[in-house]
Amino acid sequence: MKKLVLIGNGMAGVKTLEELLKVTDEKFDITVFGSEPHGNYNRIMLSPVLADEKTIDEIMINDLDWYTDNNITLHTDSTITHIDRSSKTVVDDKSNSYDYDKLLIATGSNPFILPIEGHDLEGVIGFRDIADVDQMIDAAKNHKNATVIGGGLLGLEAANGLIKQGMNTTVVHLSEDLMDMQLDSTASQMLLLSLRQKGMQFKLKTQTQRLIAGNSGRVEKIEFSDGSTIDTDLVVMAVGIRPNIELAQKSGIHCEKGIVVNDAMQAFESSIYAVGECVQHRDRCYGLVAPLFEQARVCASHIAECNTGLYEGSITSTKLKVTGVDLFSAGNFSGTGASEDLVFQDASRGVYKKIVIDSGKIVGSVLYGDTTDGAWYFQLMKNGDNIEDMRDRLLFGQAYAGDSAYGSTDMTASMDDSAEICGCNGVCKGEIVNAINTGGLSTLAEVRAQTKASSSCGSCTGLVEQLITSTLGVEYSGSPKKEPQCGCTEYSKQEVHDFVFQNGADFDTVFMAFAAMGWNNADGCHLCRPALNYYLLAANPSYKDDAQSRFINERAHGNIQKDGTYSVIPRMWGGVTTPDELRVIADVADKYNVSTVKVTGGQRIDLLGIVKEDLPKVWSDLNSGGLVSGHAYGKALRTVKTCVGSDWCRFGTQDSMAMGTRLERMTWGSWMPHKFKMGVSGCPRNCAEATIKDFGVVAVQSGWELHIAGNGGIKVRITDLLTRVDSEEEVIEYAGAYIQLYREEAFYLERTAPWVERMGLSFVKQRLVEDGENRKALHARFLVSQQNSQNDPWQQRVEGAEAHQFEIITQS
Amino acid sequence: MTNWIQATELENIPILGSRVFRSGEQEIAIFRTRDDRVFALHNTCPHEGGVLSEGIVHGHQVTCPLHNWVISLEDGEAQGADEGQTACFEVQVRQGIVYINL
Repeated sequence: MKKLVLIGNGMAGVKTLEELLKVTDEKFDITVFGSEPHGNYNRIMLSPVLADEKTIDEIMINDLDWYTDNNITLHTDSTITHIDRSSKTVVDDKSNSYDYDKLLIATGSNPFILPIEGHDLEGVIGFRDIADVDQMIDAAKNHKNATVIGGGLLGLEAANGLIKQGMNTTVVHLSEDLMDMQLDSTASQMLLLSLRQKGMQFKLKTQTQRLIAGNSGRVEKIEFSDGSTIDTDLVVMAVGIRPNIELAQKSGIHCEKGIVVNDAMQAFESSIYAVGECVQHRDRCYGLVAPLFEQARVCASHIAECNTGLYEGSITSTKLKVTGVDLFSAGNFSGTGASEDLVFQDASRGVYKKIVIDSGKIVGSVLYGDTTDGAWYFQLMKNGDNIEDMRDRLLFGQAYAGDSAYGSTDMTASMDDSAEICGCNGVCKGEIVNAINTGGLSTLAEVRAQTKASSSCGSCTGLVEQLITSTLGVEYSGSPKKEPQCGCTEYSKQEVHDFVFQNGADFDTVFMAFAAMGWNNADGCHLCRPALNYYLLAANPSYKDDAQSRFINERAHGNIQKDGTYSVIPRMWGGVTTPDELRVIADVADKYNVSTVKVTGGQRIDLLGIVKEDLPKVWSDLNSGGLVSGHAYGKALRTVKTCVGSDWCRFGTQDSMAMGTRLERMTWGSWMPHKFKMGVSGCPRNCAEATIKDFGVVAVQSGWELHIAGNGGIKVRITDLLTRVDSEEEVIEYAGAYIQLYREEAFYLERTAPWVERMGLSFVKQRLVEDGENRKALHARFLVSQQNSQNDPWQQRVEGAEAHQFEIITQS
Repeated sequence: MTNWIQATELENIPILGSRVFRSGEQEIAIFRTRDDRVFALHNTCPHEGGVLSEGIVHGHQVTCPLHNWVISLEDGEAQGADEGQTACFEVQVRQGIVYINL
């Protein structure tokens, strides 16, 4: 068995071991040396421990049992003093030597202690480990005044903790602005104000000259370069960290600022690896946790000789862990010559947001007071996503950007375990987190399969993704791999969609398409079969629809209800009906004992509780009264809602009922990626609520406004204005062209709202408004496809189509 | 104990589709797969009673139309992470006639 020795029992080193145990079955004989007497703890949570918000037990990541359970030998209180590279041994401070085949150095960093007079006095410490925290808590019991040198992240967290421990605390900082490495001046001033309110005192633009001892030998005064002094019983130096490379240097391993490693996290020679704060990678040293974890993953794969991936450096972000102060910073927050700033400032609410944009992409951000969208901005920055389409809403956050996810990571983090995440399937946070932890789940698809969360309506997908992110930490980065269409294939939705639209003419059945793409299951499944059936229909007007690849509602042309009965909704063109139609509906309701007659939100009438065998008879009766299917069950054109318009209304500017009827006559019967609703309002009072429809038309005095991609469902979305037109003919042409663009470009089961958000409004405008030829061509293609689809499915079934659907075989 | 009942002709069942067979109070879903096998299950999903005959058939499985539980046609067992089982019946096809052992 190969011997692996880890020097340094900290977060980066042990994380590497955890990753190693995950990726390899080959057993290493692992030995760990740590100078501290503890298991592995979460060093970044020392600040909350100092502030009495957490206990040491709560910040332990791996207790001693973990080492035992994984057959890892742990030497605590044990410092390695020498590495003998030629004999491949390490020697500890008790002169014991140990062999290794592979060596991992993770010695972390040391707080930088200013080399001023008095720096070695009693009561002068750094802020690095549990021992430092213990000293501070001790000092607070017996002494009154504390000074923190350094107004950066660590210094302010230390000062906050000391105040919580009851000490009178002053922060000394060289510059005028606190956290000047992470904040611009405005955010820094807001931070200063709120920390002052917490009782923190400051000496800014001040340099420390020397520390003066009292009679006991303990520090008593601190003197500054202007000659002034203040009394102090404790000095915490938090002016930065230095990679701890003493051992490596002494042992002849190449070091500069840190131990120099390559992209495989290898030092000097192939059997020696290094990770964490002691490392210098591509001239950078990191002092934050996320990069260390990224390094750990790469390093583990190379130790295990899976050699998957290289470490190519990290983009980092910062949050301050001071309760009641929300602060986030990432990237280049001060901008360059070419960059622009988006700024939101509300002094009385204490909120400041600045996003720095260069060439349509986020390059940096500073958030103060409201950091809920920090993770989102950071993700957009790391992805290099173009944000021009949501530029006007960007500062208001993800909830307003029209992304499918709600809120932020903080939102799920603050929820109780019992909080319901998935309202459809009744799955709460605790169940999901537990399933991720115990089941080793790491993708959305796995969590869906295991817990059912987000597997129904999908509105909680964002929350579930946040839970995966927060539970796995940095291991989950949104969608690391592409999300496949379904379990039957590796291809993504986009790849499947594009393949079928490019080659649709070659396939007469979905099964031929499956075979051409190398599907795992010849029959596909309930997810991919309806999708490909639709794509083939939309791509190839002569494709023959496959009923067995449709969801039951579209096979039975009614909406299945929870008791297995169906609802029947006849079409009412533009929401306008007649006494004769109403009589027919009333007669049907009487004849078939319809238990509930309901007026729907789409301005039509729903007959509920019809048993399947009666459906053809109900349809026949409705047909004979001139009523046809409303497709209320389909991924298809649903309703066109109208107000009365200029015919009757004293405010009406155009005839909205006639326009709605005309639109519905043109578009009914069309199959779409998802359901599609329209609305036509006769004036800007918008009584038909056209601005939450997939396609909304609002009449104005001079013509018509065309709005797209609204949604009144799970997540309300107001439409985007596409354009204004003068004539009815143009409304009709735009409607047809827009629907055809949606039919050709959207994924199956993607409503127009998320589709337009995914493609960008500018994409739609470019195809429809700017390119008039393309608009006419799209509209013409739509009309061609309608020639085959405007047949009343009810009438076809009354005439005998698919009769087997509606007959039960009874034992004779 | 065997109680073979003649249900219907094979050609009455669409491929990748189903028919409902009613015997007294009992409703049975008869499925026909693409490899031309025939299966019979109690027509109720073990989850919340969805009508299995209305589901999408793929391989030797059917997906319930209510909440997408996937049920094996071979033994009525829920697949994946779901747990539950619906009763299944023996089927024989002879000279184009489907018989079920009730």
